[in-house]
Amino acid sequence: MLNKLYDWVDERLDITPIWRDIADHEVPEHVNPAHHFSAFVYCFGGLTFFITVIQILSGMFLTMYYVPDIENAWQSVYYLQNEVAFGEIVRGMHHWGASLVVVMIFLHTLRVFFTGSYKKPRELNWVVGVMLFGVILGLSFTGYLLPWDMKALFATKVGIEIAASVPVIGETIKILLAGDSTILGAQTLTRFFAIHVFFLPAALLGLLAAHFIMIRRQGISGPL
Amino acid sequence: MSNNRVSRRQFLGYTLTGVGGFMAAGMLMPMVRFAVDPVLQQHDAGDYVLTDQAVADITEEPVRVDFTFEQVDAWYTSEVTNSAWVYKEGDKLIALSPVCKHLGCTVNWGGDPENPTQFFCPCHAGRYEKNGQNIAGTPPLGPLDEYQVQEQDGFVAIGAVRENTLV
Repeated sequence: MLNKLYDWVDERLDITPIWRDIADHEVPEHVNPAHHFSAFVYCFGGLTFFITVIQILSGMFLTMYYVPDIENAWQSVYYLQNEVAFGEIVRGMHHWGASLVVVMIFLHTLRVFFTGSYKKPRELNWVVGVMLFGVILGLSFTGYLLPWDMKALFATKVGIEIAASVPVIGETIKILLAGDSTILGAQTLTRFFAIHVFFLPAALLGLLAAHFIMIRRQGISGPL
Repeated sequence: MSNNRVSRRQFLGYTLTGVGGFMAAGMLMPMVRFAVDPVLQQHDAGDYVLTDQAVADITEEPVRVDFTFEQVDAWYTSEVTNSAWVYKEGDKLIALSPVCKHLGCTVNWGGDPENPTQFFCPCHAGRYEKNGQNIAGTPPLGPLDEYQVQEQDGFVAIGAVRENTLV
């Protein structure tokens, strides 16, 4: 049944070369943990992506209940966590996954560094990887404010002061982030929400695409 | 006519790039201006807020004076209570902001038992002299901000915050 359906589509659109090109390629022996167990270090990039996918999905579902408004944000988080079925799980996935993404990126970066994989011709992919790290840190920073509890508020106050300490443009960055020159409030929350769910994820997907296209183009680096 | 004749292809290239540029700018300009609006908004300096701290009770020892005012945060208006450290220098009233210039925590007068005559920030042990001067070797990079302050009917009234003028 499914085969027939596939053949029907394939006959018209010739989709086989598309998915072959994406998915059908050999995993070299030196990066395959089935051959050398120590090759598990090559999994951290894939694990980072796997957790990122979880973050995107759980985040999408969280916005079904979350409201980025200072009167209701905390209440809506409390409600989705304690009243909604599996709320603790879904929020937990997003909460713990957020930390885990950073850990996995860090391990992935260490692997790339110690195997020397960033060297010619893969310098650009390292650069894109560093940008991805920055985007993930931005997502962590903006996501931290959204529950709008005391920890979130004061962590963001400190974070914004750190941003404000940039020479010359610090004050402008601060206002752009907070939405006001003195208040960390209603406008800060909506801005952080917009940055967290639209701007940075868009940048993340673009950079990820570049990261993956480059790795397919250049292939994985050779054995040590 | 110059010798560098513009070919049809070049002409079309230039005009389409120009028109496309205008269209892109027309699309992006409103969005960018929309996003940077907070940077360009003018804030008028706030009025003086009367506190219930009698000026006669103020000594040379800084005391914490709370003051409550109506804060307008875009569409959200609320009563906000801030505080200032107020003391007298001779006859002159001085009010310092309690916001640490390191990362924005709240400083206390004499919060550090080892330095009872200094302001102390519990977050990263930043310290300031009584006039707000940050102490070298501690994290803050500048002196505490200063409030404009005046006496109204015998009570302390706190005005707008500005950079420290004492150090």
